[in-house]
Amino acid sequence: MSTDHHEDRPQGLTRWLFTTNHKDIGTLYLWFSFTMAVVGGIMSLVIRSELWEPGLQIVEPGFFNQMTTLHGLIMVFGFVMPAFVGLANWQLPMMIGAPDMALPRMNNWSFWLLPPAATLLVLSLFAPGGAPGVGWTLYAPLSTRAGMGMDFVILSIHMLGISSILGSINIIATILNMRAPGMILMKMPMFVWSWLITAFLLLAAIPVLAGAVTMLLTDRHFGTSFFDAAGGGDPVLFQHIFWFFGHPEVYILVLPAFGVFSQIIPTFARKPLFGYTSMVFATATIAFLSFIVWAHHMYTVGMPMGGELFFMYATMLIAVPTGVKVFNWVSTMWQGSMTFETPMLWAIGGVFTFTMGGITGLMLSVTPADFQYHDTYFVVAHFHYTIIGGSVLAIFAAVYYWLPKWTGHMFSEPLGKTHFWLTLIGFNLTFFPQHFLGLAGMPRRIPDYALQFTGFNEVSTVGSFITIVAQLIFFYLVFKCIRGGKKATDQVWEDAEGLEWAVPSPAPYHTFATPPQVK
Amino acid sequence: MSISSLKSLRSVVVPMSAGWSLFLVGGLAHADYALNFQKPVTEIGREVYDLHMLVVWIITVIFVGVFGVMFYSLFKHRKSRGHKAATFHESTTVEVIWTVIPFIILLVMAIPSTATLIKMDNVSGSDMTVKITGYQWKWKYDYMDHDISFISTLSTPQDQIKNKAEKSENYLLEVDNELVLPVGKKIRFLVTAADVIHAWWVPQLALKKDAIPGFINEIWTKIDEPGTYRGQCAELCGKDHGFMPIVVRAVNEKDFTTWVKEQKAIKLAAVAAADKTWSKDELMQKGKKVYAQCAACHGATGKGVPGVFPPMEGSKIVAGPVAEHLNIVMNGKPNTAMAAYAAQLNDIDIAAVVTYERNAFGNDTGDVVQPADVKVLR
Repeated sequence: MSTDHHEDRPQGLTRWLFTTNHKDIGTLYLWFSFTMAVVGGIMSLVIRSELWEPGLQIVEPGFFNQMTTLHGLIMVFGFVMPAFVGLANWQLPMMIGAPDMALPRMNNWSFWLLPPAATLLVLSLFAPGGAPGVGWTLYAPLSTRAGMGMDFVILSIHMLGISSILGSINIIATILNMRAPGMILMKMPMFVWSWLITAFLLLAAIPVLAGAVTMLLTDRHFGTSFFDAAGGGDPVLFQHIFWFFGHPEVYILVLPAFGVFSQIIPTFARKPLFGYTSMVFATATIAFLSFIVWAHHMYTVGMPMGGELFFMYATMLIAVPTGVKVFNWVSTMWQGSMTFETPMLWAIGGVFTFTMGGITGLMLSVTPADFQYHDTYFVVAHFHYTIIGGSVLAIFAAVYYWLPKWTGHMFSEPLGKTHFWLTLIGFNLTFFPQHFLGLAGMPRRIPDYALQFTGFNEVSTVGSFITIVAQLIFFYLVFKCIRGGKKATDQVWEDAEGLEWAVPSPAPYHTFATPPQVK
Repeated sequence: MSISSLKSLRSVVVPMSAGWSLFLVGGLAHADYALNFQKPVTEIGREVYDLHMLVVWIITVIFVGVFGVMFYSLFKHRKSRGHKAATFHESTTVEVIWTVIPFIILLVMAIPSTATLIKMDNVSGSDMTVKITGYQWKWKYDYMDHDISFISTLSTPQDQIKNKAEKSENYLLEVDNELVLPVGKKIRFLVTAADVIHAWWVPQLALKKDAIPGFINEIWTKIDEPGTYRGQCAELCGKDHGFMPIVVRAVNEKDFTTWVKEQKAIKLAAVAAADKTWSKDELMQKGKKVYAQCAACHGATGKGVPGVFPPMEGSKIVAGPVAEHLNIVMNGKPNTAMAAYAAQLNDIDIAAVVTYERNAFGNDTGDVVQPADVKVLR
């Protein structure tokens, strides 16, 4: 059957509004997440500028809290999650030899839920009293007392959640049903494996968050007392429910990043991934453990000692499968024949910085010491090392890796490398000193601080501006690469393996109308 | 990676690792670029510090080991050096080894951590009890065995925060009423809150516990040496979360006894003052001071924050019956940030602040509220 007539498609705005094509939707997701990263990035500059020196300079404390809250929500739900879904949309069908996602119309809907949700989130700033200044964790009873902006955020989270659930159903259906003949599960590329596991995590975790914010909503407006001790409720219940979502969530953010590293490192080491089977099992083990460690985010709420010991031991265990992954990546490099094109730089940088976040995670698992680290800048440093160091660096690695396949053009290597080094240096300048600030006693989420914290805060602010400005290079590079450049070959990278490299560059609108045979 | 990029890599790695080595050998924090924990002044604090350093050493060794191998590989196993790729991609033996070794390392960490946690959890046999209550944005301390209670708020002047005056040495870490505690005694704290969740944190005592409305958490300490130990609220509790510090002044037993006597005398004087009839001027003067607590939300000029905190200026409650006004100040307004001040302020303070609010900010009711009017409502 000819597929030629499928090449006829609406042009202009309607193409993007009505598209059911996985490549178009992937592109939409990626541009959406880039836009949100810019918005969230500007908020981080507001935060860092206020923290440049002691005293209140540019914003009021209430607005400062609104910035930290929205920065967190936007970066997690608006930037990192949609970026990985965008990568999944573009790549999963091409990597498993499928013509498209399994549920294309739902795919369209799960994307188009995002812009209104994000708009609501940003609009909360203009609600009476502004956006909620309660932190992205939305702890009750602070959030039950917040102004109308909180209701905007609750509704927005519901929409973002529905989008994620639809997206993950689509990904599971695609991976389980649409693999090319011969591609058994244990032959799937690691990026596909990590997304399959992530999608199950999303399905399990997001409804729990939806439950938590619904309970907040009824506490706020319909007279319930889930989180109000005066009505027989329990404020700590909110934290248990939130983190039962929240801990799997951090792996939702980072497992696809592990998948990206596992694709890129073998390509540029010219050597197969070391320990493929153990990689799959390590990923699954991390996913399982993510559901039994949530209370390590709340050691200080006053749990019984038995609970604190259980969560400490379970948390420590995560180091084992995570360690296995890092060892496997290093072993893949070992005795390879490495070259350092831009995607490889990002992947190595990502493994390096993620591991730094991983080992401070080990410090945080130790309950008696965590009492001191908890809610300080040490924690801020830790999770930015995992989320930027792991997830964001992986997103850039993935975009550089597959961009020539998407556009048909090679990008400028010098620009890509400059972008990498400036981001890496800026990022480390921003967050490395925050470890010291936290240990020395600076709490997180404060707009002003005692004088002894000035030095490192200045370094941190300088680093944040370097990091954000460096992203302009990325925008320019992508823009240039779409417009033209050296023609990319089908294989793009000398030793890249996988079905996505078998299709022409740029990838035609429809690929694999006839399934390939996998040996 | 080109040679120049390797150089730039070095330019980042060298200062970073210098900082880290300084951290490993330098020990405890001091000066402007403090790197590590503040000096602990309790036995538990020292145990926590040792535990912290144990794990820091473990992760440093792991970090150097893993990335030593990786960077060796990055330099040696590169195509530009003509290195040919090997083809191995599996080894069950190796996988088992690097699963088992981390397990053993974790055991080394878990055993002392468990021991310390058990000690921290044991609140029995205390010599005295202090109840700590978190409010937006101040702390209340009740000495359960001495019948003393007071509120402790930030004493840093607004001018310093707004950059109109030079900042003092303990900027943001100073309070009007310090928590005075005896050294060498096992002190039990009951930690709770009246509105939202706060966390009471004093780094040098290695104490941090959430203060949760409706729940009481227990912690304890035994301070070794006299001194002043400063901390802050550690759980985001709203607008002025960054402005509710904690100051503990540890004194020897004799000084503590003297301090307790002074506090009792102050309390007796206050009771006597509550019985007399106050003039309007006295009440206005006193009320202006007390209003500083209200100003956090309602604004120093009574304008509030539009859409969030109602203004005092032209308020219906302020212009309405005195009884209504007293009711909202004393009992608060449920599900809002307006707290019940009956527990926080004495009769004089409430009478003064209500009088002040009814006669300031252009509110000209002329009403005078006496401490006795408040007393009958309790």
